[in-house]
Amino acid sequence: MRRHAPMLKASGRRQDRRLAGERVTRVAWSGDGRFAMVGTLERMPVESVFPQLEPLLPLVRKPVQYVGGEVNSTVKVWDETDVRWALLYPDAYEVGLPNQGIAILYEILNEQDGVLAERVYSVWPDLEQLMRERGVPQFTVDAHRPVSAFDVLGVSFSTELGYTNLLTTLDLAGIPLESKDRAITHPVVLAGGHAAFNPEPLADFLDAVVIGDGEEAVLAVTRLVREWKQAGCPGGRDGLLLSLAATGSVYVPRFYDVSYLPDGRIENIAPNRPGVPATVRKHTLLDLDSWPYPKAPVVPVADTVHERFSVEIFRGCTRGCRFCQAGMITRPVRERSITTVGNMVKSGLQNTGFSEVGLLSLSSADHSEINEIAIDLGDCYEGANVGLSLPSTRVDAFNVTLANELTRNGKRSGLTFAPEGGSERMRKVINKMVTEEDLIRTVTTAYSNGWRQVKLYFMCGLPTETDEDVLAIADLARKVIAAGRQASGRKDIRCTVSIGGFVPKPHTPFQWAGQCPSEVVDERLRKLGGALRADKQYGRAIGFRYHDGTPSLIEGLLSRGDRRVGAVIKSAWRNGARFDGWSEYFSFERWTVACQEALAPTPVDLAWYTTRERGYGEVLPWDHLDSGLDRDWLWEDWQSAVEPAGAGEVEDCRWSSCYECGVCPAMGTEIQTGPTGERLDGRRLLPVLAVTGGNDG
Amino acid sequence: MGSEAAVSGQPLPSTRPAGGANTAVTIQHLLVRYAKRGKMRFASQLDVARAFERGVRRAGLPIAYSSGFTPHPKISYAGGVPTGVASEAEYLSLTLTNRAEADAVRERLNAALPDGIDVIAVTEDSGGLPASRLTASQWQIALPGLPADDVVPVVDEFLALTEAPVERLTSKGLRRMDARAAVVSLEVCSPEGGTALSMVVRHTVPAVRPEDVLNALRNVSDVFPAAQPLMTRLAQGTLGDSGVVKP
Repeated sequence: MRRHAPMLKASGRRQDRRLAGERVTRVAWSGDGRFAMVGTLERMPVESVFPQLEPLLPLVRKPVQYVGGEVNSTVKVWDETDVRWALLYPDAYEVGLPNQGIAILYEILNEQDGVLAERVYSVWPDLEQLMRERGVPQFTVDAHRPVSAFDVLGVSFSTELGYTNLLTTLDLAGIPLESKDRAITHPVVLAGGHAAFNPEPLADFLDAVVIGDGEEAVLAVTRLVREWKQAGCPGGRDGLLLSLAATGSVYVPRFYDVSYLPDGRIENIAPNRPGVPATVRKHTLLDLDSWPYPKAPVVPVADTVHERFSVEIFRGCTRGCRFCQAGMITRPVRERSITTVGNMVKSGLQNTGFSEVGLLSLSSADHSEINEIAIDLGDCYEGANVGLSLPSTRVDAFNVTLANELTRNGKRSGLTFAPEGGSERMRKVINKMVTEEDLIRTVTTAYSNGWRQVKLYFMCGLPTETDEDVLAIADLARKVIAAGRQASGRKDIRCTVSIGGFVPKPHTPFQWAGQCPSEVVDERLRKLGGALRADKQYGRAIGFRYHDGTPSLIEGLLSRGDRRVGAVIKSAWRNGARFDGWSEYFSFERWTVACQEALAPTPVDLAWYTTRERGYGEVLPWDHLDSGLDRDWLWEDWQSAVEPAGAGEVEDCRWSSCYECGVCPAMGTEIQTGPTGERLDGRRLLPVLAVTGGNDG
Repeated sequence: MGSEAAVSGQPLPSTRPAGGANTAVTIQHLLVRYAKRGKMRFASQLDVARAFERGVRRAGLPIAYSSGFTPHPKISYAGGVPTGVASEAEYLSLTLTNRAEADAVRERLNAALPDGIDVIAVTEDSGGLPASRLTASQWQIALPGLPADDVVPVVDEFLALTEAPVERLTSKGLRRMDARAAVVSLEVCSPEGGTALSMVVRHTVPAVRPEDVLNALRNVSDVFPAAQPLMTRLAQGTLGDSGVVKP
């Protein structure tokens, strides 16, 4: 799930602009393969680099992704603003454009007077090479302004495998890679997003980090940047960073020192100057109805991964799946009301022209009024050729009923369920409370309602997992096909088994777990594939999708790494690491070489960061970043998961009593759910499109 | 933000009285001439089609949909210019389930489409875009900085050829075509901003693109720069005595 990127920060400088004209930082290509800064003071405005970029566009793949100008994109006059944000999604345009976090912050910031926000995406290596050859600096897609001219470069990380792309963007922008080398003329590099909840591997490269929801955070940062600029940039760059750190909710890595024990473990993490708090709190947005963003997201001309208008129907999840970082760090559950959802869908479709609506959340079928939302939206858009989709992987019959409702006029192609673990024992360990009986009943309902294909999602490499747990996936798939053939009376139904490698994540009960070695994962998947293929009766009805385990291991390194991993990232990047989330660009060898080189002076290595189990007393790199979860609760839940006599179960606090994960009291928050009892009025929503007869396909 | 640009859901001015439109389906075909300008010339034909599908929805046009499991809006596109080439004369055909004023459709579409994908004219039409309606195009290739006197002899030499074979890698592999045979006329002109080539090219299979003609000229002389110049389709239609006649 792609979610909200908090980001903040602002860069020092530019106080002189109003008087002396623009201070322009020019970027020059120097002989040693890096951009060098040629700081100059000139009386000229920040100009578009498009004239330099344009001749390169006929030479690259899909040039339209670099030109901007999309419906709902915003270009403001530079000189009429005083706080300027560049918002980077460190992946390709096709992935970054649909990202909800960037879309939300882009709108919120541009709605403010005197504030400007433009979007930046990673350029593919073909354009990167041409930009280096011709000395074209990193640009925004909105006005093609050089990124180095902005006050803040906000970066939203959805995955750790985007870390190297940040370095490419910084380097192309002419911004020094390391925070300590930046001057008051450089943007403040501020990270957010789920993959910034442990920013320690990026500590050298980031000036500041916001963890949690970004909506209010970006406005708070904007205010501090403006005050600092208006006051004449007191204290220089550090002065601004200090004022941000003093809020207690912006993390400035450079203001903390980390010391290590002889064996390589962390001894202590502590502030290194007064006015900096020992721990940094995450941001939590309450009352989502007051923040109905995005209202008018940018409509891409280029092809992107999600071609729909998405509404987040709630934030947070309390199901307590022990592997799930998103579910742990976004607590508590906060719903949008059915009325707000209806209004957002209406105006969103009107503003974008999309023909599909996605009802997003971590477990959309859990909304207290999801049934009413599905029925009412279905009524409102009957015959309007609007598709509704609901990413939900809940394994129960209600989910099928909902899916039926959402597809009442359309094709029933495939449904996805996520049992996550192949055996009942495994599912107890991860606290995914689904019995085999539940699953069979659910898929039977799906097949008998006309669904022809069911996709089952599992993880491999979970704590305490054995070969038998993984081979149980084959048994399950066989039973699914057998039940499906019986229920539907047809032989052409299918089931696809899709497997992801488990990566232990910070701020989860599994944060102490040893990651399963990639060879073990690969071997188990080989056995599972063999078992599926060997099945004469059902094998051909079962599809099998998986990837090799090595990218997961690097994701594991970056997820739970500390500051020493920064040197690994830099080394891998210097050796060409780009777009590590893309299999055609990822090189495991490049990363293992980088680990050997960069970690040589330390007592630790790749295995130490990944497959090693941590103890209760070990200082974890993110212990000073407070997601609200009580560390002892996490530890008890971890112990309960691996209890040899059988794992303990944790209920969802949305329906049952509080189990004291700690978030609500620590953050001063509460669960916010319905039902509201309201319904959507079809006639009010209908006029979005001119609906005419004869076209109700 | 986008709200100003959004097209409201007010009823479209209709050439027929409202009422009954939802039951009695009135089919109307509109021929749309549009341009691909500036940055939007980097949009591919698929990108343009996506923009129109969304634009038609934002504009609230009563577009007809195909039947079946996955209904598609009934918009048919004539062959588009290659990605990176600009155009003042692209065509598509819309099928509406309710009659609408052509000018209102143009205005609404322009408010709903990205700048650079610009609707120039909307006219009532009998529908469909068979290849027989679009058999030739007029193109311009800008050659700023190149003196016309350097180009004229090259053009004369090209026109004197009986054959000008060029190759291009297409989705169907390396295709060989005769650039000379497709060229109806080719001349050097001097619009504002410097020298340009103006040409009329027949639509052939495989298509001879302006880039192919330029490559054939490069085979004759090396005066042309290696970088891709700005190329624009100015008109498209059938061949008449005085050039390309609109469909």
